[in-house]
Amino acid sequence: MSYTVVAEGIRKAFGGQVVLDGVDLALERGSVFGLLGPNGAGKTTLVRILATLVRPDSGRATVAGHDLLTDPVGVKGVISLTGQYAAVDDVLTGRENLEMMAGLLHLGRRAARARAAELLAEFDLTDAQDRRVKTYSGGMRRRLDLAASMIRRPELLFLDEPTTGLDPRSREQLWGTVRHLAAQDVTILLTTQYLEEADQLADTVGMLTAGRIVARGTPEELKSSLGTEIVRLRFPDARAYQAALAALTPSAPASSAFAPALGVPAVSVRTVAGAVVAGSGFTIEAADDGAFSIDIPTDGSSARLRDLLDLLVAAGGSTGAGSPRVSTHRPSLDDVFLALTDTALTDTALTGTAGTTPAPRPATRSEIAR
Amino acid sequence: MSSLTYDLVDSRIMVSRCLRRSWRDPEAFFTALMLPIILMMLFVYVFGGALRDHGPYVDYVVPGLIVLCAGFGAGTTAVALATDMAGGIVDRFRSMPIRASAILLGQVAASLTRNLLATALVIGVGLGIGWRPTTSVWHWAGAIGMIVLFILALSWLAAAVGLLAGGPEAANSFTFVLMFLPYVSTAFVPTDTMPSVLRGFAQNQPFTPIIETMRGLWMGHTSTGASLGHEALIAIAWSVGILAVSWLTATRLFRRSTSH
Repeated sequence: MSYTVVAEGIRKAFGGQVVLDGVDLALERGSVFGLLGPNGAGKTTLVRILATLVRPDSGRATVAGHDLLTDPVGVKGVISLTGQYAAVDDVLTGRENLEMMAGLLHLGRRAARARAAELLAEFDLTDAQDRRVKTYSGGMRRRLDLAASMIRRPELLFLDEPTTGLDPRSREQLWGTVRHLAAQDVTILLTTQYLEEADQLADTVGMLTAGRIVARGTPEELKSSLGTEIVRLRFPDARAYQAALAALTPSAPASSAFAPALGVPAVSVRTVAGAVVAGSGFTIEAADDGAFSIDIPTDGSSARLRDLLDLLVAAGGSTGAGSPRVSTHRPSLDDVFLALTDTALTDTALTGTAGTTPAPRPATRSEIAR
Repeated sequence: MSSLTYDLVDSRIMVSRCLRRSWRDPEAFFTALMLPIILMMLFVYVFGGALRDHGPYVDYVVPGLIVLCAGFGAGTTAVALATDMAGGIVDRFRSMPIRASAILLGQVAASLTRNLLATALVIGVGLGIGWRPTTSVWHWAGAIGMIVLFILALSWLAAAVGLLAGGPEAANSFTFVLMFLPYVSTAFVPTDTMPSVLRGFAQNQPFTPIIETMRGLWMGHTSTGASLGHEALIAIAWSVGILAVSWLTATRLFRRSTSH
């Protein structure tokens, strides 16, 4: 298996503030790697380091066989960077932008002109080629930005938040374009805040939080890592719904938490903690009084589902609680993301304090774990 | 192609980009063209009558206007560079296998071109309304050499300011400073009537010897009474000094601001 990017122990601090704290990466040739993380997690810094714009404090990396530190010019020759703020000149026309970039890649005048025309057609910009980029829509700008990155096919393409600020239609369009590029054997490093985007495009996802990659794998692997599958039960009417709630929470009087009067506006009741009830053994993650639906996390096994339905049939009697519509869904990347980033942030906050204040303090969770 | 040829191609592309951007900003372009003409009319016909002392005022004022317009032009350069740095395009250029210095060179060369055009306009309008330099071809060549050196220094200074400013708005205030400074020099009136503190500043700030050098070369005598050789020496020292410091600062700032 060949790798386009191999990075080890990349560290970077700005003025004492650690941004990247030992990042390892291996990007398979031709794959799309989605780098996810909250604002300030270090995504852009990592991209800028791999794109030779910033030197890491320590660590090493090769891009398509070129060493980042000893051969940055070689690296520049095989990468293309598309920035967060479409890096094109908005006073020039689309065609002029592409011809300029092609010229800077030393294509020669005639070849530059020809390549620009090709790309304008490929990225559906021919009609707008002689308009100044200032007049382009957000989606058109991003497409031009991508076209400029494809003047010569790069080994590694950086897409730094490519769809931030785009409307849903332009986003879908841009996703299509990215898939098209990925199919041309270009390795893509995509950073995004949109988990759906990573889910749609990435072969592998890495979650970057507080300067460290805290989880990596295919989107499916990451989702299964939460170990649960949500079963959603939808009941035909309020009566069945109430009966089911009562069955699932026999020790708590149904009236207090889960029995609003009929006809109340739809509210989603989020009750997780404390709703585990002896007897039923099931947890209610969410109950929606308007849609008469109840979400219950399970391990995804048929046995567990059968237990659940048996319980409802036994308790429901004639109410219809025993015959809900059943759907199951796996956690989204959002769920994984929230679960991971929460703990990671808490841990760093605590160890961060430890580094600066020598004062005695109670042991933290992560220390006890060690 | 050799790497030197590539460097030349890169720089040519960058210069043509910057010039294109200048022509396409109609407001700035119009101002840059109108400023020399309007100021010439203003100083010669509105103030000039009252200021007439030794011969026609236009003979006195041309070097001052050249310096004033160059100051305005330098402000434009600072803003243009600050605008570039604030956007994403410099990052893209730097991620490409091109010489990073071409980006700065493009701005400076474009600045030089714009300002030399403005200078030509001042000279042209001056000649049109009766400016008659009493001088030889060699003196003309000397005066033009002085202008080129001064504008080059000012362009690099503008580049340094553009990088230091951190944004187009801040860079814009540089225009104001540079357009104000010539007034406290021998550009428009001799310094004799100024209060002593102001006079001390006016006589010793860099614009004065530069203006006096042009004046001496074109009109045969300076307005300060100092010899042409003396003024020229100080003018060249200032220009080379500003050029060297600005060039060093700009290239260092550029490297630093783009490695974070």
